[in-house]
Amino acid sequence: MHLRGVVLEAHQNYVLEMKDIRKVFPGVVACDGVNLNVRKGTVHALVGENGAGKSTMMKILAGEYIPDQGEIYFQGKKAVISSTRDALNLGISTVYQELNLVPEMTIAENIFLGRELVDSSRMFVRFKDLYAQAGKYLQELGLKYDPRTKINKLSVSGAQMVEIAKGISRGASLIVLDEPTSAITDSEVDVLFTQIRNLKKKGITFIYISHKMNEIFSISDDVTVMRDGKWVGTHGIKEMNEKKLISLMVGRELSEMFPKVACDIGETVFEVKNLTKKGVFSNISLSVKKGEILGISGLMGAGRTELARAIFGLDSIDSGEILVEGRKAVIKSPADSIRQGVVMLPEDRKQVGLVLIRSVLENIGLSNLDQFTSYELLNIRKERKVCADIAKRVGVKAHNLQVQVKTLSGGNQQKVVICKWLLQKLKVLILDEPTRGIDVGAKSEIHRLMGEFAKKGMAVIMISSELPEMLGMSDRIMVMREGEISGELTREEATQEKIMTLAMGGRKQ
Amino acid sequence: MSDNVSKGKDRSVSRIAKEIYSKYGILIILVIMLVGSTLLTPVFLTQRNLINVMRQMSVIFIIACGTTMVIISGMIDLSSGSVAALSGVVATGMMVATKSAPLAVAVGIIVGGLCGAVNGAFITTFKLPPFIMTLAMMISARGLVLLYTGGIPISGIGNLNVLGQGFILGVPIPIIIMMIIFGITWVLLNRMKFGRYIYAIGGNEEAAIASGVSVKRVKAMTWIINGMFVGLAGVILMARINSGQPAAGQMYELDAITTVVLGGTSLSGGIGTIQGTLAGAMIIGILNNVLNLLNVSPYYQQILKGAIIVTAVILDIKTKEIRAKS
Ligand SMILES: Nc1ncnc2c1ncn2[C@@H]1O[C@H](COP(=O)(O)OP(=O)(O)OP(=O)(O)O)[C@@H](O)[C@H]1O
Ligand SMILES: [Mg+2]
Repeated sequence: MHLRGVVLEAHQNYVLEMKDIRKVFPGVVACDGVNLNVRKGTVHALVGENGAGKSTMMKILAGEYIPDQGEIYFQGKKAVISSTRDALNLGISTVYQELNLVPEMTIAENIFLGRELVDSSRMFVRFKDLYAQAGKYLQELGLKYDPRTKINKLSVSGAQMVEIAKGISRGASLIVLDEPTSAITDSEVDVLFTQIRNLKKKGITFIYISHKMNEIFSISDDVTVMRDGKWVGTHGIKEMNEKKLISLMVGRELSEMFPKVACDIGETVFEVKNLTKKGVFSNISLSVKKGEILGISGLMGAGRTELARAIFGLDSIDSGEILVEGRKAVIKSPADSIRQGVVMLPEDRKQVGLVLIRSVLENIGLSNLDQFTSYELLNIRKERKVCADIAKRVGVKAHNLQVQVKTLSGGNQQKVVICKWLLQKLKVLILDEPTRGIDVGAKSEIHRLMGEFAKKGMAVIMISSELPEMLGMSDRIMVMREGEISGELTREEATQEKIMTLAMGGRKQ
Repeated sequence: MSDNVSKGKDRSVSRIAKEIYSKYGILIILVIMLVGSTLLTPVFLTQRNLINVMRQMSVIFIIACGTTMVIISGMIDLSSGSVAALSGVVATGMMVATKSAPLAVAVGIIVGGLCGAVNGAFITTFKLPPFIMTLAMMISARGLVLLYTGGIPISGIGNLNVLGQGFILGVPIPIIIMMIIFGITWVLLNRMKFGRYIYAIGGNEEAAIASGVSVKRVKAMTWIINGMFVGLAGVILMARINSGQPAAGQMYELDAITTVVLGGTSLSGGIGTIQGTLAGAMIIGILNNVLNLLNVSPYYQQILKGAIIVTAVILDIKTKEIRAKS
């Protein structure tokens, strides 16, 4: 390991060298002797399973964490990064996995947060210029938003793009993108990649974290693999292939990607009739049978998430009805929905799925406390045992169940939400982007679980922007466009092209 | 540099000190204060004095138990001082009218609970910010107190005063009640669904809703329980001062909030313990006591109290930072 470090030191064209980085959290060694050498003007992919320590490395680079050991060289000079400001001043800009925007402020205000354009008195913000400049950045990225829009009016994908615009606008020479595409559509990814390639030509360097193999192979020049906090190796992307990379990440060969289990499809358990929410979606009817996985595909903004939220009772509807096992269900809140056995795994797990500052145990238990309560008192021992069992079954990696959920890696957070619902008697499971931000291993694990649910007679509705997942997992695919159903395809007839045609506005089939 | 050797060694003394501090935080301040007070005045560590400290903090602590739950669930209560006074004078009035202490206590608790229910109803149905609603309640409840008493103290509290001044097996009754309320709050927060729910609501309300928590109901419950605690505290307050005083309990809401925050409960909700609140109450109680024992002028006392509160909270924030970064 050290030998390799010495050899690499000879190179002069590294813009960034992180050497022998070690970072320990109570009970977890997040990084252990990790080296990261990034060539100038390249896109350097950083890959590894959930919890491998990728984000921690980047937070050290950004000055959020102080490493316990190791050195950083930036542009040939030893860099001391002890605060986020240090990193920004050096020209290192980070777009985090978790969004870092102020929801109540406009896009432009967010882009210029902390370095507002001021007039000569240095007291007043020149809003006109602010908006004009922000507009320019948005345009460069091919975004059609008005810079005066508040962040909380944007979708997750929109907010993510604004984060990227913010990074670029800072004129950084090194931009770290931590899972930037986990929440954006394929066409937005194309825009982003074009932008990255342009900026690369101008000599800007990128560190790119993603769990999506196709992206890594299409955008990066080099790739560094981490596993369990350790540095596994750095390779040119040309000498890699998908299989090799995955086995480096996981430490073993991975079996089939979409393990679709054949199961008996029974009678209809869940029906939605003419559901309408004005201006969001209209006249949506669908039905799912026992053991069936219904995929809902469509572009970002087609109203899929909104539909799921409304079915689950998080948002109100204007008209239409919901039937569970043939009986009309009055669903005014998620509590009603859960009582009917209909639950949702939300798209935005940090905002809707989890109480980040509370423990893993409390998050898993939250929906299931009745099971642990007798005579109004909680049976703590039972609670701990049941939650620990399910966490183990789903494979949540956490130091223990008492740690705050926010200290878990992204993928493990998602697993916590899954655990929460698995303790319920489910009839219908709605999954909104279930594998977003989740590593290859855990992803196939979640797909396996989905198959298991279906086999047990649950009806599954899966929303996904990832077409291979959609095609691999669904028995039937419904496509939405601009709040309406634009078509439906059986598993046999569905292809990427057919789905895209329906999603973009092809004729009904 | 071989990291095999350094692996287990990153636990220097300062790191251990930091760890202990970040684990016990406010308790350490409490211990330091106990030791310091003992050294400063010999009277401090006498049984009589310690019981005195506890008795004096009982009313604020009972209110603070309610405030702890309110703040954990992400809200704030500014009305507790006025509501305590209202419950106290109505209970005293009841005592005068019926001569029945149990009835008077029950009425006091009910009045507090009703005020809490009103707070809760407005906050949940009209989505009023708790700050505004309880500010309004603080003003109106004080008005009701003045209306009810005509601005004159109600005398004839009779044997209701044992609640403030009596003893059971040598232990002052207010201390016993205070420990019971502490116990009830601990159970509510740690051993009941209710507690789990308010932590979740304070931590992330939308996630709580999406997990099937009936947020409105839980919030309303919080306000009613809080109101009942405040009502009880109000009765004890009047029992301690031997009459229904219309001006009693002013600024108690702020004392309660200070106690809670000093105890490490986060004003943004989702985090806090009742043990912390107890430690906070003891710190303030000891501070008051020692400053009095040392004959420090009340003016200086005020200034000093402000400074110590700020210091304690800064220390608390620092430890949380250490915890987050390391
Ligand atoms: N603030 C923290 N406190 C305690 N443990 C932490 C903290 N931050 C990260 N960890 C732990 O460090 C390990 C590495 O986490 P990190 O977020 O770097 O993983 P990652 O590779 O980015 O994973 P993902 O792909 O899921 O985002 C995990 O085990 C995580 O639980
Ligand atoms: Mg990460």
